[in-house]
Amino acid sequence: MTTTTQAIVKPGSTAKATMSSFVTRHATWLPTFAAIAILVVLLVGAQVRFGNFLTPGNMSALLLDNASVIVLAAGTTFVILTAGIDLSVGSVMAFTGIFGAKLMSDGVPTAIAIPIMFACGAAIGLLIGVLVQYFNVQPFIASLAGLFLGRGLAFVVSLNSIRVENKEIGWLQSTRIGLGDWYITPTGIIAILVVVIGALVLQYTRFGRTIYAVGGSESSARLMGLRVSRTKILAYVISGFCGGLAGLLLTAYSGSSAYPRAGIGTELDVIAAVVIGGTLLTGGRGYVVGSLIGVLVLGCINTIISFMGAEQSWNRIIVGALLLLFIVLQRAIVSRSSRTG
Amino acid sequence: MMKLLRHHLFWPLMALVVLLVVNSVANENFARLTFRNGHVYGALVDIIRQSAPLMLVALGMTLVIATRGIDLSVGAIMAVSGAVAMTILHDSDHPAAMSTVLVAIVVALAVSLVLGVWNGLLVSVLGIQPIVATLVLMLAGRGVALLITGGRITTVVSAPYKFVASGYISFVPFAFLIGLVAIVVVGLLERRTALGVLTEAVGINPEASRLAGVRSRGIVWGAYTASGLLAGIAGVIYASNTMAADSNSAGYLIELYAILAVVLGGTSLMGGKFSIAGTVIGVFIVQTLDSTILFLGVPSAKSPVFFAGVVILVVLVQSPRVHRWFGSMVRAIRGGRLAPTKGAKEVAA
Repeated sequence: MTTTTQAIVKPGSTAKATMSSFVTRHATWLPTFAAIAILVVLLVGAQVRFGNFLTPGNMSALLLDNASVIVLAAGTTFVILTAGIDLSVGSVMAFTGIFGAKLMSDGVPTAIAIPIMFACGAAIGLLIGVLVQYFNVQPFIASLAGLFLGRGLAFVVSLNSIRVENKEIGWLQSTRIGLGDWYITPTGIIAILVVVIGALVLQYTRFGRTIYAVGGSESSARLMGLRVSRTKILAYVISGFCGGLAGLLLTAYSGSSAYPRAGIGTELDVIAAVVIGGTLLTGGRGYVVGSLIGVLVLGCINTIISFMGAEQSWNRIIVGALLLLFIVLQRAIVSRSSRTG
Repeated sequence: MMKLLRHHLFWPLMALVVLLVVNSVANENFARLTFRNGHVYGALVDIIRQSAPLMLVALGMTLVIATRGIDLSVGAIMAVSGAVAMTILHDSDHPAAMSTVLVAIVVALAVSLVLGVWNGLLVSVLGIQPIVATLVLMLAGRGVALLITGGRITTVVSAPYKFVASGYISFVPFAFLIGLVAIVVVGLLERRTALGVLTEAVGINPEASRLAGVRSRGIVWGAYTASGLLAGIAGVIYASNTMAADSNSAGYLIELYAILAVVLGGTSLMGGKFSIAGTVIGVFIVQTLDSTILFLGVPSAKSPVFFAGVVILVVLVQSPRVHRWFGSMVRAIRGGRLAPTKGAKEVAA
């Protein structure tokens, strides 16, 4: 195919060849590009339909409304890249949120309470990681135990919402750094920072490259002498830590209040977002940036549906249909690359 | 004695017995059965009656897990099935007529069957990972159920339909009979024909069993179809129990409890060997655990912590590393007599 196009040199064919070599070189990015394309189509389509969709205020809100989910998705991406899964993130977020709020309302200084929140999230992640790695428990079951544990602990801390009076938590959400009509709050900045740091760690550190190696083929990674156990456990710890951070962001977002029932079902939204963003559940392929796009796609659908005033039922059907579209697309890509590779 | 200890149903059965004993000691009303108007009442009867939906779902889940899969969509299928049945009853002129009820149930089950076929298509033909393939329906299914009921909680008055969940045949709850029939049918199909062996072969090594001439595609497809149909029956029972189609809470989290019951019963999520008797015991453990939390006076909101503890305990008992620890402990007690060790299978996984 390529040889024929190169033999007959036409002005148009070089562009075609460049295109095809670009595609083969960036094959792993294709699903993420597809997600970006879908996001653009959604945004443009909504703008055409409603006329007042692509406003700076609306777009800023899209990021800020989903800040905690973005953080969760970034953390879960690490786990999914190792071919694992983490169902616990939603309830870890609820537990750390309510626990932190309880500590702060009991008079613990913010500077101590927040690290404790992160540590609690990381501890649940560590528990799941140890179960998975040392006791050969399936990630699904281990993180299911984490899901029950987090939700139960959240209810043990408090059955009702707790209000936080600390100024620092309020500051996270109420501060608006604006540029014209665009604005961002510290919560949004934290979410973007998490994505950037996550992307850099995966791309440029030994740990990040080991994550991809483990997800690609665990036994090969082991034979290469890579530290498989440590890397896998650390992935779950990172996911748990992100759960703690998301708990903080969610508390700030919901007007300095924490709810024990927060984030029920969020784990599925997060997994759906990661998949839509182009990360393979079989591990080894995907990007944190893709997960960010995935969350924005889901958030955009939510916004569009609230604009339309349509029933919430359509939201779930559209999310399901989109998920289907992406996994079929991924399936096609994987089977194609395995045939050529 | 050792043979008894090694039996795969020993530990699940032990857990159930311990739970029942703890309950009976903690609350004397637990084991009490009262006879009134020819019916038996009591906590044990409640456990048996309420276990029917979970039993049906867990049976289907066992088959799916045996093929190395997982079905996350069962709760959503329950919601759809209940919504279909209740909407048909609601829109008909004679919701109490036997024929209307039969039509409603048959249509609801047909829809569930189609949803099961859809899951099977995604997994066996398109080769999509079971967890994502069924996640699609899990997310979209409740939306479909809400569409069917128009976003409302449809309530109906229909005596024959109410009988499904609340009726008794002599003194046996009808819902439990449905569960019993499902156990017997699945048990006969899987254990008295070659189907069970073939299912295990597919679960242990799909590629090898395909090369050996097993039609793995059909078997996997069949497992998801059966899971969908059984979830549909569970949905009909659930809707009959409340006489309302509640698309949000019908079968909520049941997929997780069903997977838990299957794993507690000793079937590995890695696929292959499965135990229907184990699943039945697992369902009773989960259902009893639910009542235990009630009887011990723990607020039901805190029950997830108990579940988490039990899950962690059970997976640790099943873990090869813990088996090795126990093995070396037993050897140390016996004075260093050598016993065959179980090799690590970490890399193979």
